[in-house]
Amino acid sequence: MARWFPDGMPQPMADAEALPWWEAASEHELTVQRCSDCGHMRLPPAPVCGECQSFDLHLTEVSGRGEVYTYTIVNRPIAMDQQVPFIVAVIALDGAPGVRMISNLVEIAPEDVTIGLAVEVAWEDMSDDLAIPRFKPAGG
Amino acid sequence: MGKAQLVGVGESAYAKWGKIGDVTEHALACQAIVRAVEEAGLSMSDVDGMTSFAEDRNEGIFLAAELGLAELRFSNMVWMPGGGGGCAAVANAAMAVEAGQAEVVVAYRSLCQGQYFRFGQGGPPRENPTLESPPPTVQQAANPMLASLGFTMPYGLLNAAAAYALPTRRHMHLYGTTSEQLGQIAVTFREHASRNPRAVMGQRPLSLEDHQNSPMIADPHRLFDCCLESDGACAVVVTTEERARDLAKPAVTVMSSAQGTPKGYAFGPFSNASVPDELYATGATESLAKRLYAKAGVGPKDIDVAQIYDHFTGCVLMQLEDYGFCERGEGGPFIESGALAWDSGSLPTNTHGGSLSEAYIHGLNHVVEGVRSLRGESTSQVEGAEVCLVTSAACVPSSALILGRS
Repeated sequence: MARWFPDGMPQPMADAEALPWWEAASEHELTVQRCSDCGHMRLPPAPVCGECQSFDLHLTEVSGRGEVYTYTIVNRPIAMDQQVPFIVAVIALDGAPGVRMISNLVEIAPEDVTIGLAVEVAWEDMSDDLAIPRFKPAGG
Repeated sequence: MGKAQLVGVGESAYAKWGKIGDVTEHALACQAIVRAVEEAGLSMSDVDGMTSFAEDRNEGIFLAAELGLAELRFSNMVWMPGGGGGCAAVANAAMAVEAGQAEVVVAYRSLCQGQYFRFGQGGPPRENPTLESPPPTVQQAANPMLASLGFTMPYGLLNAAAAYALPTRRHMHLYGTTSEQLGQIAVTFREHASRNPRAVMGQRPLSLEDHQNSPMIADPHRLFDCCLESDGACAVVVTTEERARDLAKPAVTVMSSAQGTPKGYAFGPFSNASVPDELYATGATESLAKRLYAKAGVGPKDIDVAQIYDHFTGCVLMQLEDYGFCERGEGGPFIESGALAWDSGSLPTNTHGGSLSEAYIHGLNHVVEGVRSLRGESTSQVEGAEVCLVTSAACVPSSALILGRS
């Protein structure tokens, strides 16, 4: 399995709402939260729907495709043995209007990153229990 | 009941992050408060309220006991992280005195990152993981803020320089804003700081070339797009119109205050990638600004001098648009026009040097400068200034004040 980031990267923290999202991620399922009553989708997950105040919410899998909404190229290492620069990007997710997530771009040179670039999820298994969704150029 | 008045300001020495080691952060808060109360011509037994913000470690009940307040009648902290709450802390003090909850309230902020942890470090480091280290996994988040940061930290998005690069990069994409335009903000504020003896960077001139040659921290943020990290404390004394009449310094009126977080915003781009599209490349303070102006009965054209929270140059630019000094997307050309420069610009801004060049005291020092700029005491004084806008951090839940010469 491909590795792009070192083991020492900060670990996710999750509360009761976020934990199922990370459990799905460990199975390489990229999900967003969807309201069972009005269909509103969001990330990060919340205990209640912000549109209709329903508590009937579930995670739904998305395709893992999307596009770069904005990005930054970071020149300071976060963890031991980390390669810099690395790319932090905001990904607008296909099939989930208005829903974006922070991630990293991999398999692309920093100077080639553009806003609007089509990307797809690239899972990085940090351990048996933890998979992190990074993104790479679509079809790459 | 009349409008609340700002009647005293004070500060400790300001220094680079980690340079104040012999005085505790808590003692610095006491110094700033004592100086502000003395400057106002009040005694500590007159003080009956304390307000702060940004998870200040120095709680009012302890300061009140140590400083010798006769009775603490109001103690309050704005519930938001980061520098968005500075003006709201002053506003809470103003509301308290206007409502009769207390008569003399001190708003304060003390910040010694060197004595605690440095912002942007993201919790205890997992340095040097070895075979004995447990494999990385999902950790328990103690509260919703940490859970939301759980969606940023695993990607290495830990510090503000990278987080606020995201909306700034999008602003550049949408409107053609340039690094040179951002640099002009830093250069202008540094020039203002050159006259301010309190400014940490007062003796360090900065040219646009210096800015363009400074290291890239998190694209498009170069080193000089980022505010200082400082040790220090400051305080502002707030009281009633009646009480303000016979004090030592000319009073400054709180003409209006506002606090605001738009729908779906949460902590903004730092931890919420799904910030609504129409807000993403803004300071998210436009609706707050409208309420602020309406309550004061003034508009952008009436602002003589501005103290605008400057954690990063791009956030200054986006606030200039939010507060109506130029159209959305026109922040870059507005800055290029020299608008922010004392004393030739149309909107002299951060006459103390701001957080980019005076000190990073979470922007409460911008309120202090707002008071001085209306008393005629600024080291870059706008002649005849009568109305001053002061803002707190943008691209996070924010607050702002319009101050007027009494």
